[in-house]
Amino acid sequence: MHKGFRKLTKRNETYVSLVVLALCLLIEVRSGQFFTANNLVDIASAMVVPGLFAVGTFMVIVSGGIDVSFPALASLTSYATTKMLLDAGYTGGIWLPILISMAMGALLGAFNGVFIGLLGLPAMIVTLGSSSVFKGVMQGALGSVQLAVIPPGMRAFGTSSLFTATNPVSGLTSRMPVGFLALIAVLLLSFFIMRYTFFGRGIYAIGGNEASAHRAGFNTKRTKFLLYVFVGMVASLAGLIRTCMMQQNHPTNMLGMEMNIIAGVVLGGTAISGGAGSLTGCMLGTLLIVIVENSMILIGIPTIWKSVFVGALIIIGTGVSAYQVVRANRVRSTGRLEGEVKA
Amino acid sequence: MADSLLRAVDIQKSFAGVHALKGVSLDIAPGEIHCLAGENGSGKSTLIKIISGVYQPDGGYIEFDGNKLGKITPIDAILLGVQVIYQDFSVFPNLTVMENLALNSELSDKRKIVNWQRMRQIAEEAVATINFQVDLDALVGTLTVAQKQMVAICRALIFNARLIIMDEPTTALTRKEVQALFKVILQLKAQGISILFVSHKLNEVFEISERFSILRNGELVVTGFTRDLDSAKFSYYMTGREFSDEQFSAKNPGDTPLLEVRNLGLSGAFEGISFKLHGGEILGITGLLDSGRSELALALFGIREADSGEILVKGKRARINNPQAAIKRGIGLVPEDRLSEGLFLPQSIADNLIIAEIDRLASRFKVFDKKKRAREVERLVKEFAIATPNPANACQTLSGGNQQRVVLAKWLACNLDVLVLNGPTVGVDIGSKHDIHGILQNLARDGMGIIIISDDLPEVIRNCSRVIVLKSGRIVEEMDAAEATEQAILSRMM
Repeated sequence: MHKGFRKLTKRNETYVSLVVLALCLLIEVRSGQFFTANNLVDIASAMVVPGLFAVGTFMVIVSGGIDVSFPALASLTSYATTKMLLDAGYTGGIWLPILISMAMGALLGAFNGVFIGLLGLPAMIVTLGSSSVFKGVMQGALGSVQLAVIPPGMRAFGTSSLFTATNPVSGLTSRMPVGFLALIAVLLLSFFIMRYTFFGRGIYAIGGNEASAHRAGFNTKRTKFLLYVFVGMVASLAGLIRTCMMQQNHPTNMLGMEMNIIAGVVLGGTAISGGAGSLTGCMLGTLLIVIVENSMILIGIPTIWKSVFVGALIIIGTGVSAYQVVRANRVRSTGRLEGEVKA
Repeated sequence: MADSLLRAVDIQKSFAGVHALKGVSLDIAPGEIHCLAGENGSGKSTLIKIISGVYQPDGGYIEFDGNKLGKITPIDAILLGVQVIYQDFSVFPNLTVMENLALNSELSDKRKIVNWQRMRQIAEEAVATINFQVDLDALVGTLTVAQKQMVAICRALIFNARLIIMDEPTTALTRKEVQALFKVILQLKAQGISILFVSHKLNEVFEISERFSILRNGELVVTGFTRDLDSAKFSYYMTGREFSDEQFSAKNPGDTPLLEVRNLGLSGAFEGISFKLHGGEILGITGLLDSGRSELALALFGIREADSGEILVKGKRARINNPQAAIKRGIGLVPEDRLSEGLFLPQSIADNLIIAEIDRLASRFKVFDKKKRAREVERLVKEFAIATPNPANACQTLSGGNQQRVVLAKWLACNLDVLVLNGPTVGVDIGSKHDIHGILQNLARDGMGIIIISDDLPEVIRNCSRVIVLKSGRIVEEMDAAEATEQAILSRMM
């Protein structure tokens, strides 16, 4: 028990949960509105899209890479899917749209994967470039305009709910979207991949030391390629769900989300240099950002200030962990004991 | 020689027209500790890579257990029982000891799904083979260098290794850790495992190996029993040059010391350090890794300001609280880790050479003068015999010895009075090492004051006029180098 507690104090997740909890309590005390059923459901609902993006971003950062192209990728695939199905007069269910957009996501992810995985180019440069390419294709070739109507199957998916929560005082209601199940499913799948497959352990190994991973017998090129394909599919799923939940497709309103998503993942303890981090931490960090984005208004802070808060959180959150690393290194370099190997 | 474990016969290998190996043969008996020595570029690594299947030889062949091998891949070599422990150990700092140990064998079994229980079992068995005590759930990044090396050795043993090749395994180890490593090597030998020990440190070759082979310029110069080898022969085989072992002695040191340190202390590192350094002198400071020697170097150069005591430069009190202040007072530092602290590796040799004197290369209008720069670079490259076809090449294209010359040249370009060198020849091959020592001795003869901080005792004894021994942050002995012996210094260090 004692040892377990000591372990907890060393984990980044513990601190992020404490910060999340403190923030929740602060909002609750100031507004009395935080721990109401409808607010909690609202936050869960607001988590779906950022949560999906964060899972993909998490995996890429663990591999030692970075992806800034996912909002553009999601915009392009969701726009193309919606437009295609509208033009075809599609009236069926949600599965075909999901299938189409994820297939496109896989293809665009493969585009990143070829350059980053197979050709070994720097991920930052490639995804900055592909982000621009995806935006260009969407706005130029597809001539994107806002689609105010979406196919009935997608609309039905967007409005269907698992349950509805009602605030007993104000009577406000919030629906828990079915899309939340997609987040749960993707989380479970990624957890399994990262923890129980050698593909997932390979992602950690590559993030730790790519040359060693290659020598140990990982097919590093294939692992990275498949990683970007997978991440492309997750991002396109997020894009489609967002379209469904908003009941319309706005081609540019996801653009620019990448910084907050990456910030959430890093706040959750994922090392920006790769190799370390957990899905739990990644979700907690994302939750923190989502709460700040959604609930500051409850304590009377105007929304125009929220970017200041998000920014401060990022600087403090990443600063604290960076400072700990610096201090640990200093202690090690001055007070280094002769390493004793008992042989 | 039917009883060899591995025989490499007349191995030839070229890269883009460069003949890296010119008919090299090597013989390793079962359970033998064989030392492979040679300077940088002598073909050691190429030979290792051929034995481990990374490269294919252009000519010649390899026999393992009496069977002639055809083309082999790294996996084939591993299955035969050949394991290489690289200098960086190829470990994953971000993963646990357990995973580091078990990953390779699980991958070679082509498993797709992780079974943590089986991984733990594999890891437990692996550490048991050499009785290595370690927390299997600790992250490898938190281990000491020596422990990381043990992880790499245990990992190699999982594959029923019969020949373990260790590429300069002692580079980053303390004396104690080297002893522990040697114990493990002897244990492995007792289990019938052969060790190919790659090193260019003479004392290690003597201590651990039974036979040795020395490569030079892609050719096998000599192979034989270690007991027939001595220090002069070793240097000669390695470099093809003869060196005089002349002891340095200070000639007419000046009256006022260039540098004087009184009761200097830095909490947690060292305390009560006092010494004087005159022009023309080379002062040696030695001690174990935790003796505070590196921190003292940093304090003299102002990277970590000492928090008690005083520093006097040419008799005047000086506050040295950052490197700029040190340089202004004529003190330079050649850092311990020249790669990360002393050089801009991706930048050109020329830029590295002139960086410390960049202010003086300005024209009248404070604009950088390219012609002056070119002249200065040419002068320094020639003076320090830096082996490069073009000073515009990146600094990382140079060998260790040449990189160290760049660091030296950089400082000497700015007319210093005192030069502090921390581990000046770590990872530098014998030929360059002698050259660097020659440069330092000449500088001292020209009136500079030099401090060599090093745990390479022969280096300290031969090149210094006085030796200070540090232990746990305090001076425990100051002796005349002419009278000092390795044994005497060692007994004070420990």
